[in-house]
Amino acid sequence: MFSYCTDPATLDGLTWLSCYLTTGKHLSIYWSVGTVLLLLAITAPVALMFGFGGAAAARSRFAPLSWLGKAYIAVVRGVPDIAFFLFFVIALDQGFEWLRHQVKCPDWDQPIRQGNDFVVCAEAKLPLGNAAQWVHETYGFMLAVLTFSIVFGAFAANVLFGAMRAVPRAQLETAEAYGMTPRQTFWRILVPQMWVFALPGLSNLWMVLIKATPLLFLLGVEDIVYWARELGGAKTARFTDYPHPDWRMWYFFALLVFYLAFTRVSEIVLDRIMKRLTHGQATTGGEAQRKAA
Amino acid sequence: MKNLLIGTAALAMMAGAALAESHSVVRMGTEGAYPPYNFINDAGEVDGFERELGDELCARAELTCEWVTNEWDSIIPNLVSGNYDTIIAGMSITDERKEQIDFTQNYTQPDPSAYVALAGAEVDLAGGVIAAQTGTIQASYVAEHGATLVEFSSPDETVAAVRNGEADAVLADKAYLDPIVAESSDVAFTGEDVLIGGGIGLGIRKSDTELKAKFDAAIQSMKDDGSLNALIEKWEIGETF
Amino acid sequence: MSCWETIADYGLRSIGIGERLLPREDFTLCQQVTLIGSGMIWNIYFGFMALFSGFFLATTVAMGKAAQNPWLRKPSEWFIFVFRGSPLFIQFFFAYFLFLSLKSVSGFFDVFTSAWLGALVVLFLNTAAYSGEIFYGALLSIPKGDMEAADAYGFSGWARFRKITWPTMLRLAWPAYTNEAIFLFHATTLVYFSGFPAWKQKGDALYYANYFADKTFNPFVPYPILAGYFILLTLIIIGGFGLINRRLNRHLPQNTRSKIRLRPTLMR
Repeated sequence: MFSYCTDPATLDGLTWLSCYLTTGKHLSIYWSVGTVLLLLAITAPVALMFGFGGAAAARSRFAPLSWLGKAYIAVVRGVPDIAFFLFFVIALDQGFEWLRHQVKCPDWDQPIRQGNDFVVCAEAKLPLGNAAQWVHETYGFMLAVLTFSIVFGAFAANVLFGAMRAVPRAQLETAEAYGMTPRQTFWRILVPQMWVFALPGLSNLWMVLIKATPLLFLLGVEDIVYWARELGGAKTARFTDYPHPDWRMWYFFALLVFYLAFTRVSEIVLDRIMKRLTHGQATTGGEAQRKAA
Repeated sequence: MKNLLIGTAALAMMAGAALAESHSVVRMGTEGAYPPYNFINDAGEVDGFERELGDELCARAELTCEWVTNEWDSIIPNLVSGNYDTIIAGMSITDERKEQIDFTQNYTQPDPSAYVALAGAEVDLAGGVIAAQTGTIQASYVAEHGATLVEFSSPDETVAAVRNGEADAVLADKAYLDPIVAESSDVAFTGEDVLIGGGIGLGIRKSDTELKAKFDAAIQSMKDDGSLNALIEKWEIGETF
Repeated sequence: MSCWETIADYGLRSIGIGERLLPREDFTLCQQVTLIGSGMIWNIYFGFMALFSGFFLATTVAMGKAAQNPWLRKPSEWFIFVFRGSPLFIQFFFAYFLFLSLKSVSGFFDVFTSAWLGALVVLFLNTAAYSGEIFYGALLSIPKGDMEAADAYGFSGWARFRKITWPTMLRLAWPAYTNEAIFLFHATTLVYFSGFPAWKQKGDALYYANYFADKTFNPFVPYPILAGYFILLTLIIIGGFGLINRRLNRHLPQNTRSKIRLRPTLMR
């Protein structure tokens, strides 16, 4: 990166460090921070949508829909996310390719499963076999987002389902007494009020989501933990210009600081939201606000 | 008979055309954490013996290749589900693995595995605590031969475990341990080397016979003109052919 | 070899009883189900012990965070912040490193580098922090009417906490706390996966699922088995927590729809 970096063996101290920290490999870890943030930014709203859909379905008066919603919540919540990550991505990928295969190659005569192999026609491959590397990476990333969203959507659904039930019954009855239809009651009374009950659970979930990101490497996305392990491991001089002993501790320490800082920012934002939502609510928190004002 | 031959040839050509289509880019899957076989260099790219070998093989087979890294744990499932087309990750040819995937001919001699322990320490290799990477042939070997196996998920950690006293010794490919022992004074080889694997080959899907044939031919041509031996010597991968 | 023999050989393999070597061929469904089930012993052990011990610390921490006194509040806040703010993955890593270095200081710490104690300590602190935050959130959401009623009836101090604050806090926190319990049991799969090394191939359910996936190269059998075990475990947790929830909510008016709601017996 810098001009004086051509022969790192002669450098020491800060100059050495400045070279070391700007190798191509280190740029990858900085990039991966962006990857993680992007994943969170996309996953959070998508998972919330899954959650909202799941909770609304579970509350539905149409029994099969309600069962579907509850089954989704129960099954996905029942399985450790790590187990999902270990085989769900491959399953999703094969599922998509199978669907495309059915559509694009109707007259394919070979079996799709040949022993262990999963073989679909070339046009059905996702992404296409000759696509550029970034397409593959984006596709892998989207699969990761989908997997995360499905998993955390179920937890969000559970939180929202609980929050909907926590809204004081009297409020809903009042709405009914005013002649609101169930749909109106749901959207105008229940949904606006449930957030204050849902927020502690959702913020907890957000924290869990942030901290599930170290498992991204299982989904084939090269995340910060992957790079921290890779960069931190002991390096011998034969394979690098920057040999060093086992430095994983320092790299993980940097990750720790990163995650703590990220959590702190999240907390501040969530606190603000909580204060807004608590405003005017008939709870201890709302009462404290009222007294302070 | 002649007709049949023409028929097969036509079929082969058709398959070849299909191959050209599906394999306009061959994706090479590797681990990127096992020097000198494969590792990520300072620039953040895949490097090592297998990188050079793979690029040369692709050139000889007239294929366009792309490098992909994948965790060791899921390296085979991702191959069979088609996320990349070959495994070139220092994977020893074993009967267990051969039931699942095909291998090309081996491009290294069977590489001895070796024990490394703290320098000067007396180690009971038959009954002591031996570290190995999970899912390697070395881990199976230790489990079968009576020593107490302690497993770690990356090769790095196995060596670290010896340094911090968790394990008495580590069993791994000698070519991997060599540079580590050469550059540090605190650990040393101990005991006899053991021969476990059957050499290293490229892993390829069983259904992908065309690709296997191409790589087999390319490896053979590198063996014949000595360029493979030159690579093996350059990266110190053990015996030449 | 019949399935019963397999169960006899491998049913308790995860705690070192039975065959010394793991299966090396066949990899029958029976072997996979038995060994992965055997590994569940560890998941249940870690989850249950951490949850039980963590509950008490969590209540303490939640009260501490809600306290006016900064000497109580600040440590609780920091404790919650550090453990909630960092991934368990990294906590395991640091704990293992820490115990390793402590080991050289004193023989007392020898046992901490083994998963059964070292990982348990991490899980205990981790769940205490998460649950503490949930309880704290619930403390703030206690309806003011409840507290006013308590005051009106002359409750104060310990009696008020024991009879009003604590049960109400639990009631409000319960759905989120159920989530936390489930998360905790799921998090136990990380113990051998990233943190602590497995000795003599004694590991948890994920370790064995991973072993089979690695040997058969087919992830679609062992992981669904693992998933099945965990769904069962989760249903038990939900059932147990649901019973407590019903008890905590028993004084509230029932939602009319819940009476006619059809529930498969499996869900209870």
